Amino acid sequence: MAWDRNQLAARAAKELQDGMYVNLGIGIPTLVANYIPEGVTVTLQSENGMLGIGPFPTEDQVDPDLINAGKQTISELPHSAYFDSATSFAMIRGGKIAMAILGAMEVSEKGDLANWMIPGKLVKGMGGAMDLVAGVKRVVVVMDHTNKAGESKVLRECTLPLTGKAVVDRIITNLGVLDVGHKGLHIVELADGVTEAELRAATEATIVD
Amino acid sequence: MKKVYASAAEALDGLLRDGMSIAAGGFGLCGIPELLIDALVDSGVKDVTIASNNCGVDGFGLGKLLDTRQIKKMISSYVGENAEFMRQYLSGELELEFNPQGTLAERMRAGGAGIPGFYTKTGVGTVIAEGKEHKDFNGETYILETGIVVDLAIVKAWKADTSGNLVFRKTARNFNVPAATCGRVCVAEVEEIVPVGSLDPDCIHLPGIYVHRIITGTHEKRIEQRTVREG
Repeated sequence: MAWDRNQLAARAAKELQDGMYVNLGIGIPTLVANYIPEGVTVTLQSENGMLGIGPFPTEDQVDPDLINAGKQTISELPHSAYFDSATSFAMIRGGKIAMAILGAMEVSEKGDLANWMIPGKLVKGMGGAMDLVAGVKRVVVVMDHTNKAGESKVLRECTLPLTGKAVVDRIITNLGVLDVGHKGLHIVELADGVTEAELRAATEATIVD
Repeated sequence: MKKVYASAAEALDGLLRDGMSIAAGGFGLCGIPELLIDALVDSGVKDVTIASNNCGVDGFGLGKLLDTRQIKKMISSYVGENAEFMRQYLSGELELEFNPQGTLAERMRAGGAGIPGFYTKTGVGTVIAEGKEHKDFNGETYILETGIVVDLAIVKAWKADTSGNLVFRKTARNFNVPAATCGRVCVAEVEEIVPVGSLDPDCIHLPGIYVHRIITGTHEKRIEQRTVREG
């Protein structure tokens, strides 16, 4: 037993606090918006130039001028605001965004993050990920604990080219929640039905407690 | 001075030469200067370096300039939607300089604002930082990035008045503003040209000082990922 995609997104949504400005990455992080806790109001930023992302539009609301950073059509909210890309990254780089929830290929025990490139394979680009991890106050990674071959994605050192060095604060995987500390990772929480032994066995990185 | 031109081809007349640099607005296919890209294809200008967040998709947007091999180099943050791009890049036909998205936007903004360089934390400790000057400020390490100034900026806005003041619509503003400012010359295509006095001066997104030529026409405004919910 472990968390599925939706449970993972729901757990990540518990990181959100009332009043936060938050940037959600592509993939599972986007699902986090479906699980914002009752009584919590957060404003979602889309780095292509919008604060206040609304839900996907109904068919008759679809607007080619209104998309999120994943290029999906979206809708606006009463408090939404639009701006250009330089202004968007000024608020990111300037530390105005409280939290980013991002996907990852690998995370290290030092908080290094790799999520943009596999050498020799398809190179798509880093998009805004390097700016986000460098500028946002708190970076939470949401990902599967192991890859398709069953190997740990939570490592002592990342093997892939980095997106940022010592940038990750918290790692949420299908097996549990880990915080990045000075000497290694700390177990915060285990996923439903996952034992500490199972989490440790699936983790290559140093877990200090 | 008359800024309104009859067509994209006329608006680009005298501005193109092989080996030139161009900044293009747009994010994905949202807010891209479709008509000016088509006119670039027709012009046959080649060995062009283009600074643009993305490179369109196969057969649309900047992807058209890939099909005709007119692009020598791209400066972009994300090019994942384009098979022809990958083919040309992996075979060595096309140069690619990846810039983090915010660094690219700020390089354009800085270039247009007369700022030749700036320090940013983005990319420190990654391949992006290799070969760049590192400098510490208040105990944190930053890298030096340079401003971009290009021969020509091509952008898409919603409305222009005849003096070149531009108004954008929703997330189609994106890179159009920084791209416009970093061009020695900027050509804008819009959905509607209105007389001066019709736009609220308090609600101009890009003042006409940055915009030298304007055209209008019909835009396809293709949607890359149509995602809907039940009504």
